[in-house]
Amino acid sequence: MATETTAESASACVGPNGSAIGMPQLCGEWVGNQVFWLILALVAIYFVLDRVALPRIQAILAERQGTITSDLAKAEELKAQAEEAERAYEKALAEARSEAQKIAEETRAEIRQQVQDAQDKADAEIAARTAESEKQIAEIRASALANVETVAKDTAEALVAALGVNADKSALDAAVDKRIEG
Amino acid sequence: MATETQGGDAAHGEGGGLVFHPMDQFIVKPLFGDGGVGLFTVTNATLWMALAVLCVIGLMVLGTSGRGIVPGRVQSVAELAYGFVYKMVEDVSGRDGVKYFPYIMTLFMFIVFANFLGLIPMAFTTTSHFAVTVVLALAVFLFVTILGFVKHGAKFLELFWVASAPLALRPILAIIEVISYFVRPVSHSIRLAGNLMAGHAVIKVFAGFAAIAAVSPISVLAITAMYGLEILVAFIQAYVFTILTCVYLKDALHPHH
Repeated sequence: MATETTAESASACVGPNGSAIGMPQLCGEWVGNQVFWLILALVAIYFVLDRVALPRIQAILAERQGTITSDLAKAEELKAQAEEAERAYEKALAEARSEAQKIAEETRAEIRQQVQDAQDKADAEIAARTAESEKQIAEIRASALANVETVAKDTAEALVAALGVNADKSALDAAVDKRIEG
Repeated sequence: MATETQGGDAAHGEGGGLVFHPMDQFIVKPLFGDGGVGLFTVTNATLWMALAVLCVIGLMVLGTSGRGIVPGRVQSVAELAYGFVYKMVEDVSGRDGVKYFPYIMTLFMFIVFANFLGLIPMAFTTTSHFAVTVVLALAVFLFVTILGFVKHGAKFLELFWVASAPLALRPILAIIEVISYFVRPVSHSIRLAGNLMAGHAVIKVFAGFAAIAAVSPISVLAITAMYGLEILVAFIQAYVFTILTCVYLKDALHPHH
């Protein structure tokens, strides 16, 4: 360490004005110090990393991976459930629809049947009434015809009597009958 | 930064005051007192290594103390760093390399924080010193070599015997392979320290130019651009160091080509 050239400087590598002589990197007297502290620093970093930091980060990453995996699995499960629910809903909807269709069909048939029955009944009644009316009309017509004969005969008798002719009743009736038919 | 130090005693000699001391930032000096730098002296290197350790603890331990399933900001950065290095080890070294993941994570976290802390103005960049990077590279080299021999015994030497090459070429290739194997720690360490040292020194040189009023705007722009580049370098060099470690580990685990 003793040097003749530098009186004030403590090192052989530093000039009297405080600047370096040559490359400080090649100064032999600083090597030991740096190596010593470097080894100390490296050992410190190694222990900190190996004992604390790296296992901790590894655990964090593993935990995150686990969380992601389980979350994905959960999401998959929920998706399956949702799909299942959708299928059930679709099935229920289809069933309800077919049920409704069936009920509507049944109701329609029932109503049709009722309408048919009512119509048949009404038809029968109408027919019965018509027949009865026809019968009455025929009776009326027959009685009217009979009345016409009687009235015609009576009228003819009265006319003949009024004319002063004493005519035979049966001959008059026959003549009236003949007129009516002619 | 450079101008501050030269203010007092650099005035004599140069007239314009344009003095560059780009290497002064790499001087190791005791934090307390003015004595020499002994083996156990608390120096600026000690301070910035300790800060790197504290940053690692802050990010990886305090940042994850919430153990949130949904990570916060700091925790997601910690998880990002974990996943980044873990995937690198797994992809490059194979499944059986994952066992050595804590060692590689240690290297990566130290280098990346040392690099980024070194970018703070007035900071001391511990990884710009060969003393530091050579220890890191040698640790990897020795670990990987010993691991290779422990795992495969003499068969580990098959790493140098390229079975797929023509027989006549194999001895020549073996010599080349052996040389390249022993050059690994050298390139491994010089790449890291060299990149950081060069970048920081260039920033200092540009800072020196800032003393001249006419070029100072250009100088400031250049410093800004270099700083952006250095941020990139800080991460990339940590990444390169780590991925090369993974490659060497792969060679030790699977020496057959």
